[in-house]
Amino acid sequence: MSPAPELSRGTWQLGTLIDQAPVLRALADTLADLVDEGRPIVACTADLKHSNGLVRFEQRHPDRFFQFGISEQNMVTAAAGMATTGLEPYVATFASFLALLCAEQIRTDIAYTGLPVRLVGHHSGITLGFYGTSHHATEDLAVIRAMAGMTVLAPADAASLAAAVRAAARWPGPIYLRIGRGREPDVYRPEQLAGFEIGRAIEHGIGTDLTIVATGSCVHPALEATVLLRERGHDVGLLDMHTVKPLDVEAVRRVAASSAAVMTVEEHNVIGGLGGAVAEALADIGAAVPLRRHGLEDTYSLIGPPTHLMRHYRLDGPGIAEVAGELLATREGGAGDRAATARRDGRATPRQRL
Amino acid sequence: MSQEADAIRARARFLREQTVRLIGIAKTGHYASSFSCAELLAVLYDGVLRVRRGEADWPGRDRFLLGKGHAAVALYPLLAGLGYFPARDLDGYAGLGSPFGDHPDMRRIPGIDFSSGSLGHALSAGLGMALAAPLAGEDYDVYVLLGDGELHEGQVWEAAMAAAHRKVGNLTAIVDRNEYCLDGVVEDVVGLEPLAKKWSAFGWQVVIVDGHDVDALLTVFAALKGDVARDRPAVVIANTVKGKGVGFMEREPGWHLGYLGPADEERVLAELRGGA
Repeated sequence: MSPAPELSRGTWQLGTLIDQAPVLRALADTLADLVDEGRPIVACTADLKHSNGLVRFEQRHPDRFFQFGISEQNMVTAAAGMATTGLEPYVATFASFLALLCAEQIRTDIAYTGLPVRLVGHHSGITLGFYGTSHHATEDLAVIRAMAGMTVLAPADAASLAAAVRAAARWPGPIYLRIGRGREPDVYRPEQLAGFEIGRAIEHGIGTDLTIVATGSCVHPALEATVLLRERGHDVGLLDMHTVKPLDVEAVRRVAASSAAVMTVEEHNVIGGLGGAVAEALADIGAAVPLRRHGLEDTYSLIGPPTHLMRHYRLDGPGIAEVAGELLATREGGAGDRAATARRDGRATPRQRL
Repeated sequence: MSQEADAIRARARFLREQTVRLIGIAKTGHYASSFSCAELLAVLYDGVLRVRRGEADWPGRDRFLLGKGHAAVALYPLLAGLGYFPARDLDGYAGLGSPFGDHPDMRRIPGIDFSSGSLGHALSAGLGMALAAPLAGEDYDVYVLLGDGELHEGQVWEAAMAAAHRKVGNLTAIVDRNEYCLDGVVEDVVGLEPLAKKWSAFGWQVVIVDGHDVDALLTVFAALKGDVARDRPAVVIANTVKGKGVGFMEREPGWHLGYLGPADEERVLAELRGGA
């Protein structure tokens, strides 16, 4: 290897990737801090320590870092074995490989046994852009949520990830932690999350016209959307549903009682994830409030740069506001945003989604 | 040695008899798979594993994982014998809500170190336990009993690679090489040979033994346990006979799963009692 030349600004390689991913940095650093505080944590990965940042954990606690190579199923089951001895293993790999390739190991060895393994599915949703469908995970919430005994978390940013990891210490069973690309902008300052509780949504107002329920990577853009919608005169609120299971049904009940419409937003198929969970809760409550489930419409994502994909699937702030505008227009029976959207999309009439 | 071996042979006979009794209660079960590993189970629990009577959760215990979980019916009586639960609890074997089913459940049965049923997982789970021992400040050994058909699962070889790479010396796999899986002869279904060379190429110490020869098994396991400097995992390939102990079941694939009516049950028990 020859000495590295002076490289131009913007050049990057795996070793510096983590510098661009504050959420993943928070994962590794929080775990390493917790080991210092005496938590019996070990960290496991499958040849992705640079992608998920656990290399930072390895540097601080090499004896508690386990490299399994590209053998995800072995890693997941081995973590279950470790957990039987009182350790608290964090297992991190791409969400697609963790939740889909290892679904049976998770169900049988972790969910059923109830062992306190923390499964970190990172680069979930469509954030792996041009890597394609093999690397996208738009089913993981649905698959893991259907496993009895699993808790499913999708923190919005670095601070809420750190809060979730700390809260996991007091949580007895297994947890699936869904993380995006790790570059999600900050939503919270750490001190705002002092009261973070697994299973309790963070309320950013309940709107009389509409409340958006968002999770994970969609919380930040959904907050942007609420600002845009309020500027247009709508009374719109937002729930950060960082815990997809067990769902905060009381929060959903409050929304159903006060909002004219509900919209879920997730970087996931509209089937079985947050939208499915909220639909189930609304049906159980017997609420008559209309629900729009926004996400991937039972399809596989195109490839492309992540930010472009989020715009394409209307999962960025303006896109979410646009979809919400359609829902509000339908509720109001007027032309409004809905007609504008239809004109722009070249459609004769907007799709009715209620 | 021979007195100990005699007692273990008697235990293996007891396990076969209990297998027949319990499957009789459930009216379905894996006779032949349980018979092939009766000596292995008896040797491990009576002559090898460091366990404490009545203390199923003792942190320092050696771990035992039954990869071929469908042989659990032969394991339960051993755990009852260790005082982990009353033997009479087995009388409700496989009934509605019973903790005791065809596959062992760590959540419900004291002494089961890991649940199984889905083949191919156990070596990974055992690897995790073996890796955790130093962090837990313990020096236990981990034993994983695998079916030979189970070796068709790719996850076994993921674990085999990782265990050798990490020089896990406190992990021992045992292959119950009874030569049959459900659909027939393993070598016809998907061949495993050269099996010893495969394990050896994966970096494991390999020992081949007659899995029904109690004296030989005691010698093999004593040597492995005594090798405290061992810096790689070991596999004991135990050549066995599927259905061992009951003439008409031996090497008869149909007896992978079945049920003996009352008269046949009596006939089989008589044959087992008459055996060595």
